[in-house]
Amino acid sequence: MLGGRLRDWAPRLMGISAILVVLEVCSRTGVLPRESFPPVSEIYGSLLGLLVEPGLWIEVGRTMRGWAVGLLLAALLAVPLGMLLGASKRAFQMSRLVIEFLRPVPSVALIPLAVLVFGVGQDMKVFLVAFACFWPILFQSIYGVQDVDPVARDTARSYGLPPLARFARIILPSAAPYIATGLRISSAIALILALTAELVVGAPGLGRAIVVSQISGSITQMYALILATGLLGWLLNTVFLSVERRLLRWHPSHREVAL
Amino acid sequence: MRTAPRVSDFLLQFVLPGGLLLGYGVWSAQADNFYFPPLTEIGSTFADTWLFERVPVDLLPSVSRLVAGYSLAVVVGVVAGIALGLSRRARLTSEPVVEFLRALPAPALIPFALLLFGTGTNSKVFIIALGTVWPILLNTIDGVRGLESQQLDMARSYRIPSRSVLLHIILPAASPRIFAGMRTSLSIGIILMVISEMVASANGLGYFILQSQRGFEIPEMWTGIVVIGLLGFVLNWLFLRVEARVLFWHRGAKGLLGDSAAAPAVESSADGHGPDDAEGRGPEAATAPDVPSTARSSRPVS
Repeated sequence: MLGGRLRDWAPRLMGISAILVVLEVCSRTGVLPRESFPPVSEIYGSLLGLLVEPGLWIEVGRTMRGWAVGLLLAALLAVPLGMLLGASKRAFQMSRLVIEFLRPVPSVALIPLAVLVFGVGQDMKVFLVAFACFWPILFQSIYGVQDVDPVARDTARSYGLPPLARFARIILPSAAPYIATGLRISSAIALILALTAELVVGAPGLGRAIVVSQISGSITQMYALILATGLLGWLLNTVFLSVERRLLRWHPSHREVAL
Repeated sequence: MRTAPRVSDFLLQFVLPGGLLLGYGVWSAQADNFYFPPLTEIGSTFADTWLFERVPVDLLPSVSRLVAGYSLAVVVGVVAGIALGLSRRARLTSEPVVEFLRALPAPALIPFALLLFGTGTNSKVFIIALGTVWPILLNTIDGVRGLESQQLDMARSYRIPSRSVLLHIILPAASPRIFAGMRTSLSIGIILMVISEMVASANGLGYFILQSQRGFEIPEMWTGIVVIGLLGFVLNWLFLRVEARVLFWHRGAKGLLGDSAAAPAVESSADGHGPDDAEGRGPEAATAPDVPSTARSSRPVS
């Protein structure tokens, strides 16, 4: 994503440095009130200071553990179920109303329930993340299986390929890009939910650290933590994209377009 | 000839939801679980609470914040998206900032919004707008970039004024992608509405369910969850109606823009199959174009 030619880098760097300089100048000259908007250089200094201390990494680890366990749980439940629903028209029709009703229910509406049932710790975070991530993965799996080329499927059947081989050689490869997209979308959602659980309910992690530094008045540190959160989100997205690209290199949607 | 299977299909849809509701009703009636009250109790509490005593107190403020933030995001996202979609230089310049802000989970900015706008309505509208603007922006950029350059060249050589180019060429061509982004944003907006009301708030649906939980008013909490679910369902349904109306010419083309021959062909085949296939099942038909769009929208902006 950040490849590209050197020529493209000039405007990118210009854009980013222009914003940083404007923000720095605005808060140094008092256009933005200094106590709520500390200069960017101080925020970066604070972030660098946090990076060498274990405290930040412990919080990141807590957030990421909720992220990872919840995402894994959602994938383990949603991929098989989605493939089943994608393969059977009858099962899909029967569950359609339930899915259509449950899907738009924002997972955050379940926060109070999750707190009651799971307490304010890691379990609650994992439940929320898993619930929210379940739907995108489920839907992408359904679409992926429904999108299998019927000619390929029928050919495999008429050549007498056993069901397991049909699944492994036809259905899984053509559904894989969809599932990968679902996982990538869900990884962003998972981070949002993990942070929300920490911010709103106070489960330990980056979100709570942000609230604590806001309440205790160390605004610079609050910005540094928000910055760290954004970098974490960007990093996750980049990693997912590049893994997806590498694993699905053979798929048309990931081939380089030759012009 | 077709009605018989369709009636049974139609009834089949209600088997599982009905079964689930019945199962929960029977289980909860005898389970006597404090956290999962009987269905009848939730029902009667719902009638007491939401018809219509708390509607102006909690539901209306929530919805109006959502509408304000979401409209702001649509306007900003489409305008900025068209500008960035047309200019490669602007796109490259803004790419790092856009990528960073998009990756930043919006709830992390709640403390910042509180600092900036205080605890009132403005901070919530800000959070909703900030969280929902990115899918719209990125999809608009992609939609504008998917425009065939021949069309723009032709418009230029015919000296069509730039206002008309914008209104009659660029906007219609980008609108399917814009709607795909708006749909993603709508569900994000509902989530952010609830989250923002859970922190430093005095009313709203998120405030209501969190307060009910803290006061151990469990049936009330459940009715709040049901109301949020219904709100999401209704808004989603409304959105699909609007989308189907605005994009009626694009129906069934599944995002294959630029292939003008494909649209009518798919249209007629959709008619041939009856409403079952292409359009009747609004949700799938409308999310399907979402698949490539979400996949593409997270690629580099340039």
